Amino acid sequence: MNAALIAMIAIIRREMLRFVGQRSRFLAALVRPLVWLVVFAAGFRAALGLSIMPPYETYITYEVYIIPGLCGMIQLFNGMQSSLSLVYDQEMGSMRLLLTSPLPRWWLLFSKLVAGVCVSLLQVYAFLFIAALFGITFPVFGYVLILPLLILSGLMLGALGMLLSSTIKQLENFAGVMNFVIFPMFFMSTALYPLWKMAESSQILSTICARNPFSHAVELIRFALYGQVNIIALAVVVATFVVFMWASVIGYDPARGMMRKKAR
Amino acid sequence: MSAISVQNLNFAYGNKTALNDVSFDVDACMFCALLGPNGAGKSTLFSVLTGLLSPPSGRVSLATHSMAEHPRRALASMGVVFQQPSLDLDVSVAANMHYFAALQGLTKRTAAPRIQEALEKLSMYERRDEKVRKLNGGHRRRMEIARALIHRPKVLLLDEPTVGLDAHTRHAITDHVHELAADGMAVLWATHLVDEIDDNDKVVLLHQSQIIADGPAKDLRGSQSLDTWFQNATGAT
Repeated sequence: MNAALIAMIAIIRREMLRFVGQRSRFLAALVRPLVWLVVFAAGFRAALGLSIMPPYETYITYEVYIIPGLCGMIQLFNGMQSSLSLVYDQEMGSMRLLLTSPLPRWWLLFSKLVAGVCVSLLQVYAFLFIAALFGITFPVFGYVLILPLLILSGLMLGALGMLLSSTIKQLENFAGVMNFVIFPMFFMSTALYPLWKMAESSQILSTICARNPFSHAVELIRFALYGQVNIIALAVVVATFVVFMWASVIGYDPARGMMRKKAR
Repeated sequence: MSAISVQNLNFAYGNKTALNDVSFDVDACMFCALLGPNGAGKSTLFSVLTGLLSPPSGRVSLATHSMAEHPRRALASMGVVFQQPSLDLDVSVAANMHYFAALQGLTKRTAAPRIQEALEKLSMYERRDEKVRKLNGGHRRRMEIARALIHRPKVLLLDEPTVGLDAHTRHAITDHVHELAADGMAVLWATHLVDEIDDNDKVVLLHQSQIIADGPAKDLRGSQSLDTWFQNATGAT
């Protein structure tokens, strides 16, 4: 087998084993969106009326609306958590081990990213399974089509996390990033409210939402759940991934990036 | 050309100089102690040698491969043990070894006998199935050294590998690594403890970002003890 592939499989295996070993992380990853679904959506159902809009062909309940957003949320948190582990790894030294492997550095970082995406796929499908138990189901083809698109959205969000990890010096600074990246990204997106609803209250907010790459990740998942591919969302997600990935490879470049500021 | 060749290396963090015109060589079959007080620049030098930092000027070659021009070949010829442990504590010794072997691109079939050989060399083979968390500090270090040997590097770099270990364990590990040098490897061993250095070892003394002495330990110390010489040379009290 090819050396690069051997390394990638080992990196994925390590990430999966770590995830399985941390049962509380799996539980937290599931409970978070479920709380939103059960508590938040129940309260908002009364307050928010949703009209028919693509990809929906009929009136839908709020619970159905926020499922793609919550899938995105799982991937967003997972991307950040993977980068948290990168910061932790840097402190613990195992990132050094990874970066002194004789394989191309971009490949090692990409492998780390893919490993994080694999974990997020497990989480999303587990969440969709529980949502189905609550009676929220989608066309069977939707469950299949989201797989490749979840990989793309996971890569995009993971690459964002990786970019952040290359610029963060210490574990402690990470909490700030959670507040300044995760929350604005999630709330200023189409995860919880559709664009037109946002526009009713603020045009500026609606414009920000429309440009937020996370909105596109959510829309990509939303359309895919109904067997459709939203081409614009797909293009934005892929382009954003490429930019974030490129920036994080530079971030981890010993000659140019932040590593030189971080080393002792 | 020497197995480790460092020429006119400079490095600075902003305005603070960390390495100032550093040059030295280490040949195969040689144990070279990179001696220096804390803060002398040893860890920065290690980061440059392992490609984690790239210097604005100067040249590093490992096993004749230039780190700037052929970083992957240089990295492939190097084994490294960092000062900070880099182990997965909740899996076995063997699993840690296999993960590293895969990062080097080795198949399981190729890796298995090499892992056995490396663990046996460090007397760790019987502990292969133990969880790393259960190992004491000395065994963890030995495992890290064994791990650095899996891909059969020509050069072994160790950054203060005995920090935090008791005297007996320190000596055992130092002896193990001296044997590796005798078997043909070029070893660069960063330390601030002179009792880890034998009389026949090469010593490169790094002080305040500069090399201030370079030669066999016995020649450098003359009639004094190495400890006295070190303290005089660095002004330590």
